Amino acid sequence: MTEVSVTKDAIPAADDLVVLKNVNKHFGALHVLQDIDLTIARGEVVVVIGPSGSGKSTLCRTINRLETIDSGAITIDGKPLPQEGKELARLRADVGMVFQSFNLFAHKTVLENVMLGQVKVRRTAKAEAEEKARGLLDRVGVGTQADKYPAQLSGGQQQRVAIARALAMDPKVMLFDEPTSALDPEMINEVLEVMQQLARDGMTMVVVTHEMGFARSAANRVVFMADGRIVEEATPDQFFSNPRSDRAKDFLSKILHH
Amino acid sequence: MFDFLEGYDLWAAFWTTVKLTALSAVGSLIWGTLLAGMRVSPVPLMRGFGTAYVNVVRNIPLTVIIVFTSLGLFQTLNINMGADDFTTINFRLAVFGLTAYTAAFVCEALRSGINTVPVGQAEAARAIGLSFTQVLTLVILPQAFRSVVGPLANVLIALTKNTTVAAAIGVTEAALLMREMIENEAQLILIGAVFAFGYICLTLPTGLILGWVSKKVAVKR
Repeated sequence: MTEVSVTKDAIPAADDLVVLKNVNKHFGALHVLQDIDLTIARGEVVVVIGPSGSGKSTLCRTINRLETIDSGAITIDGKPLPQEGKELARLRADVGMVFQSFNLFAHKTVLENVMLGQVKVRRTAKAEAEEKARGLLDRVGVGTQADKYPAQLSGGQQQRVAIARALAMDPKVMLFDEPTSALDPEMINEVLEVMQQLARDGMTMVVVTHEMGFARSAANRVVFMADGRIVEEATPDQFFSNPRSDRAKDFLSKILHH
Repeated sequence: MFDFLEGYDLWAAFWTTVKLTALSAVGSLIWGTLLAGMRVSPVPLMRGFGTAYVNVVRNIPLTVIIVFTSLGLFQTLNINMGADDFTTINFRLAVFGLTAYTAAFVCEALRSGINTVPVGQAEAARAIGLSFTQVLTLVILPQAFRSVVGPLANVLIALTKNTTVAAAIGVTEAALLMREMIENEAQLILIGAVFAFGYICLTLPTGLILGWVSKKVAVKR
């Protein structure tokens, strides 16, 4: 196998929000993240794509330390990622996360889901938290479902609630770990539209996805991962029309031409 | 036919049984929940303590524990549980022993409930910045409790019947009265039947009501 050097096109702005330096991680014998260097600027939308098992979800989860790293350094807004404890909890409150399987709190209503973090972490007054929660639920288009339980909602609705729950914390950056992979095809768009809107509003986003359409239209930068490495970083235009690494060419040929 | 009941205060005896059950139930629910929290905690020392406690306590016969509270705690170590008359001391020692014993079973029932909560629930809770204790008390335990109402009903029924062991240290609950009556009256079968009926009256509704509660509070996923 030939080594493909990482090629970079998009030059990140000076205002770096998330910086990963030389990050390595193993799952047993498997080296899932290999010397990852990635910088995400404030307001930037970075889409991470790649084949299954390439480490892109793991990468996403290391940013709020749902996965620990073996070596290297991660800083968020200039501060290194803390170890376990109060410091870490405080940092996680500033990093929104949206999961593939939604993970809404099953025993709480939609409204309570969006209020929980505000009340228990931010110590916002209940009335204020509820007002904000209702506003956010309206914004993602599920305002009328506020008093239902998650199991009563469709997948697309649940995922939009999950986005509202993350937004309620006023995060500095939002992480999306394959947010549409568990959805029926007709529900994917309603979630992607909410994400498009967020991107337009200037939210800093790291999105792991298989939605190439979203990558083309919303991303400032595409990061292509394979076998635990970042193989290519480019603007969406450049990446999709003229990928430079063989691995990316191979990947794109498999997903775009049928 | 029921003349033999005269001169005995069955109500008082069963009332003591109910009090023993209720206090030990509350105590073991609290202590058992704390133990379950320890067994899933990220701190190795707490996990070790929780595991050791459960495995030691649930494998000792209840009679040994109850007798130890009297002979060991009270008579040897002079722990009188804040009372001076023997009736109250023995009652409190029995509640203490029953709580210590039952908590091990509550802990294990609850821990199996914690295992039914998907990992993603905890991840989502951590991701919005909740602390370990908050994740446990706000997200994991409420869901865990709902899924183990049935098993906890079993524990409660077992506890109700286990209170009979308190007779070993002279707590005047139903089983002690039964022994006394069997000695004094020539009505072995009837006396046995009356007390069996009394216990069924206590435990049957427990099972039925908690079975209904279990369905009512189940978490839909």
